Amino acid sequence: MTIEELDQIAESVRAEYAKYDHEINVCMGTGCLSQHSDNLRDALTKAASDKGKSAFVRRTGCMGLCAAGPLVLVDPEETLYQGCHAENAEAIISSLGGEPVAALQCDLREHFEQQVHVVLENSGHIDPEKIDDYIARDGYQALVKALTEMTPNEVIQQLTESGLRGRGGGGYPTGLKWSTVAKASGDIKYVICNGDEGDPGAFMDRSVLESDPQRVLEGMAIAAYAVGASKGYVYVRAEYPLAVARLTNCLRDARRRGLLGNSICNTPFNFDVEIRLGAGAFVCGEETALIASIEGKRGQPKPRPPYPAVSGLWGKPTLINNVETFANIAPIIRKGGRWFASVGTEKSKGTKVFAITGKITNTGLVEVPMGMTLRQIIEGIGGGVPDGHTFKAVQTGGPSGGCIPNEHLDIPVSYESLIQMGSMMGSGGMIVMDDTSCMVNVARFFIEFCMTESCGKCIPCRAGTAQMHTILTRICSGAGSMDDLELLVDLCGTIKETSLCGLGMTAPNPVLSTLRYFKNEYIDHIVHKKCLAGVCNMDAVVAESEPNSPFEVLA
Amino acid sequence: MTTTSVDVKTLTIDGQEVSARAGQTILEVAREHDIDIPTLCHLDGLGDVGACRLCLVEIKGLNKLLPACVATVEEGMEVSTATDRLKKHRKTILELLFAERNHICSVCVANGHCELQTLGQKQGLTHVRLPYRSPDLHVDASHERFTVDHNRCILCTRCVRVCAEIEGAHIWDVMGRGIDSIVITDLNQPWGESACTRCGKCVQVCPTGALFDKSKVGSDHPKYPDFLPYLNLMREAQ
Repeated sequence: MTIEELDQIAESVRAEYAKYDHEINVCMGTGCLSQHSDNLRDALTKAASDKGKSAFVRRTGCMGLCAAGPLVLVDPEETLYQGCHAENAEAIISSLGGEPVAALQCDLREHFEQQVHVVLENSGHIDPEKIDDYIARDGYQALVKALTEMTPNEVIQQLTESGLRGRGGGGYPTGLKWSTVAKASGDIKYVICNGDEGDPGAFMDRSVLESDPQRVLEGMAIAAYAVGASKGYVYVRAEYPLAVARLTNCLRDARRRGLLGNSICNTPFNFDVEIRLGAGAFVCGEETALIASIEGKRGQPKPRPPYPAVSGLWGKPTLINNVETFANIAPIIRKGGRWFASVGTEKSKGTKVFAITGKITNTGLVEVPMGMTLRQIIEGIGGGVPDGHTFKAVQTGGPSGGCIPNEHLDIPVSYESLIQMGSMMGSGGMIVMDDTSCMVNVARFFIEFCMTESCGKCIPCRAGTAQMHTILTRICSGAGSMDDLELLVDLCGTIKETSLCGLGMTAPNPVLSTLRYFKNEYIDHIVHKKCLAGVCNMDAVVAESEPNSPFEVLA
Repeated sequence: MTTTSVDVKTLTIDGQEVSARAGQTILEVAREHDIDIPTLCHLDGLGDVGACRLCLVEIKGLNKLLPACVATVEEGMEVSTATDRLKKHRKTILELLFAERNHICSVCVANGHCELQTLGQKQGLTHVRLPYRSPDLHVDASHERFTVDHNRCILCTRCVRVCAEIEGAHIWDVMGRGIDSIVITDLNQPWGESACTRCGKCVQVCPTGALFDKSKVGSDHPKYPDFLPYLNLMREAQ
């Protein structure tokens, strides 16, 4: 494969689509599919042929605005329809070339215009199961460019210049990680893509894998070239069947096109990828546990050092990056590190995909430049809290993160600023909570999650999270005391500092951050036996503590 | 004349200047110099897992605490093994262990010979602030010679490792996760029906009364895990 051949494929794809007057993109991500967007696509195809319209109906990945699905985007007019069902197909087809169907039209310019799409540039525009669609949008240009025009060192240099940091949560500089693996000695090296996205409320990686799987693969291939690996693994959760199916498809197509396999682009570079399914353990998102899982062992973390970059999969130097990190690679190589570094803040470059869920109008996926404020994301793009309720807090970083209250919403989003707020970037989940959420109960929920997902290897995480859960349950039931609060803080300190892996180290964050910003709610529960949000039921405890008759008081 | 070069590192542990071979762990070096670092999952002769977190030490300039059993020495390292911060964490970890299952020393076969009990005493643990979880756990006495009492297990996985690494049988492993983790024999078959070789190594290395010899019930039951380094040495010599 050469750049010219890629251009030829792209040209023929474009020529094919140019035969049609309209292109109708139907979102078939998990969200819209759950509302039968496959039936909608079939109905649209049928209506188009019945009415003799020159329209191409395309299956695409996620368009982002999951709350308004199923979504249909009509090009070249760029008309977006929301909440479409099979019965609307005829109306949509009839309107082609004329006035759009007003009743279905989605007018959320503010939602889309503030976003900058790098990772999601193809999502909603290409058929995720057609490699040629990807190639028609500059796909694999970066890989061919890297293989034929750049040395591995030059690739890493571009990465370093871009300032890209790991999108899985840690924020480790990607260029530095790559150069460490490249420098590690050994003739066998591995590249692993971490798609074990397990945070409650996070679905960025799923969406990328479902909408644009080739992009992740291209990123991995470039990484393999840069560090000197010839074998890659994608570790995906088995709970993401659509992502797995599309990825499997995409691997087959890439092999057929000669973009995976031996002597790629007639160079000595060989690379192939295998898919490994996660069996449903959150801790397997931790890199050493993930590696153990790929090796067929119990998914438990190991103490680091040695880091995977030195001794990873089967003891070999291993590069392990998150799905979104790999999805950023191709544009960086194509447009240069400097271009990427021009977006974002001083230390956090580029864009970040967030999954906004919870009490928010526009539930879905957004991609914004780093440095945008949380308020812009939640109130602007997210459309704020619905149904007249008031915003209370946003949980970023999943169970490892913390919640940020209204008074801190004006901070620009970056790795550092979120840590300063007692939360973290994490993989990009954002759960919005309003006045109907009880923060003590929220903390209890996340601790329960960590407790059940703890692997059980180290004592602080295994027994500590269970103890925290007991204490928080006691507080939620109205039976807590102020001593419990002190004990809770004490436990948080020990678990944070002594746990073996990131799961335990960050597990206390939801408790610590709710204590920092919503201590009054804890006091309400403990002293006044009240849950102002009306979530916690304390009737049993309150009834028990109240004297039944005046005689008992006297006694 | 041949010279063998040894890569020597110098460091300080609790202010004491010590030298070590490159690749040695902090724990090894500390013990060579009679500096006591508490351990529970570590046992000389077994592979380390760094799970109990009792051997965590502070390194100057490093915010993270490192497990001495797996962290290797580096030139110029300044290690502290008994700061207030570490002592507090160690006590809390021991409290977590005592509250996790049903540890009742007075009726335990290992009373007086238990590493958990000794550590509690050494670390000055006078009471447990945490609520006891009192889980409902079973005792497996199906084996003709040994018994496993899960009420006293602290999941150090010494039995798992000695069986896999030294005996080569690997009948022990861990099932479940988090607080529900439990050691099992074979695929959760009764110990007596498992492929156990009856060597008894797991009983000797168990730090508590979780694994014990039936013939010792009601009598003094000291354990002798010191055989491991000798065994390894003899095997290497062969």
